Amino acid sequence: MFTNFKRVFNFALADFYRNKGISIATIFVLIITIALVTGLFYVYGAGNFIILQVQNKIDITAYFKADTSEQEILDVKDQLLKSLQNVTSVKYVSKEQALVNFTQRHKDNSVFSQALEQVGDNPFLPSLNITTNGLSMQYEQVAKILQSDNFSNLIEKVDFSEKKDTIDKVFSIMSNITKFGLGLALILVIVALLVVFNTIKLAIENSKEEISTMRIVGASSWFVRAPFIIQGALFGSISFVICLVATILLSYFLSSGFALVTGGFNLWDYLIGNLWLIILIQAGFGIGFGIVTSFIVVQKYLKI
Amino acid sequence: MNIIKFENVTKIYELDNVILQDISFEIQEGEFVSIVGKSGAGKTTLIRLILGLEKPTSGNIFFNEINIGQMQSSHLSQMRRRIGGIYQDYKLLSAKTVYENVAYIMEIEGKANEEIVRDVPKVLEAIGLSQKINNFPHELSGGEQQRLAVARALVNYPDVIIADEPTGNLDPYNTFEVIALLEKINKTGKTVILSTHDREIINKLGKRVITIEDGKIIRDEVKGRFII
Repeated sequence: MFTNFKRVFNFALADFYRNKGISIATIFVLIITIALVTGLFYVYGAGNFIILQVQNKIDITAYFKADTSEQEILDVKDQLLKSLQNVTSVKYVSKEQALVNFTQRHKDNSVFSQALEQVGDNPFLPSLNITTNGLSMQYEQVAKILQSDNFSNLIEKVDFSEKKDTIDKVFSIMSNITKFGLGLALILVIVALLVVFNTIKLAIENSKEEISTMRIVGASSWFVRAPFIIQGALFGSISFVICLVATILLSYFLSSGFALVTGGFNLWDYLIGNLWLIILIQAGFGIGFGIVTSFIVVQKYLKI
Repeated sequence: MNIIKFENVTKIYELDNVILQDISFEIQEGEFVSIVGKSGAGKTTLIRLILGLEKPTSGNIFFNEINIGQMQSSHLSQMRRRIGGIYQDYKLLSAKTVYENVAYIMEIEGKANEEIVRDVPKVLEAIGLSQKINNFPHELSGGEQQRLAVARALVNYPDVIIADEPTGNLDPYNTFEVIALLEKINKTGKTVILSTHDREIINKLGKRVITIEDGKIIRDEVKGRFII
């Protein structure tokens, strides 16, 4: 058994070397496919990161009446956190803090400072700033509770209705991008797989006559098939290693530049965090597909 | 003991294209049998049926008294290893060298490396190709390719040698050489089946001749001549 395996392995190596042109072309196509799938995986990660960033920027604010005590506001905060699971943060901003925030934000704008001076007193209201981890529906739910009779004597206004359209639009865009991205990724992967399938098919079709002769002289199916499958695995392994090295180098060197463009998405951290998954994807598409395609194509010519 | 037996074999391709019709004959161990007929008479189909490359539409074919039609794929492979084939188009492995083409036959049989290293050069020496062991088939002349095919057919000491129009692409000198080789093989006790439409070869051989015409056996003579 070991002798036979050594023999078919040697056949595969010899064919791989003797058909250099076809071998290189097949590896090149496999590299493109693996790179495409890896790229899509990174786009998915960057997309999720950007969506999360946008989501984190969406909030609603409940402004309390000027005479509401801090304890009453903190009670509302507790009630919100207890009753709504999707609320990720509720931040209390006192009227003093609101004034500090405002002056900090507009310290270079004299018009605002003069306006504040003319008003004399602190015109800001204490508020609760609420974010959820979900869709606009959840913001609507929060707004409904805040606008209910329980809190109407404490709350001056909730800015949800002003933000509702923007929140709806942001979530609709995100949902469309996700759907479109998934559809596009699926199409690209199918096209790439078809290209790989046909490239390996062409490589094996060159040996169609040989396969037929091998069968006529009495080679078993295994003896004919194994060298092609090993070759498929070789094509896949080489492509996989090249792609993995390229992924590591690109993630390392492009990390800072990419973080600037995407507002903080770190390619290197993403690679380290998903290293096993990336290896699995690349090996699966490279080695796995190389083997499966070779198996299927040779099977077609073995029916003698 | 018969080594090959055809029992009422008919082969019909699509569109009622009858290639062989109710063929019956037996070939005994150690016989030299020529199958003759015009092009398209059904000679190649008959050989493909012996190798199990085609299945008969009806009837049975036996190799060493085992029905080929009922053999499983693995048994078919084993049977084909007992048959050495020499073909008009040589059917060599174009991506393998002269040495590898012969060694391959021993490798599929599971022979030990020492045996292969010892026997292949001997066979190539005997066939006059020892100087070309690293050449690929396309680097050989037609005669050399056919000699390589003969070497490959012989290396595993098969029970039967089937030669399907082996001289079709050869000049008279190489033709004579190949036929002489086949006679020599037959003298060692091997069964030889030669399919040809070369009148001169058949008439010189003076061996058993089965003549096929329009898919039927019209003559089967122990010391036959080419009469069509």
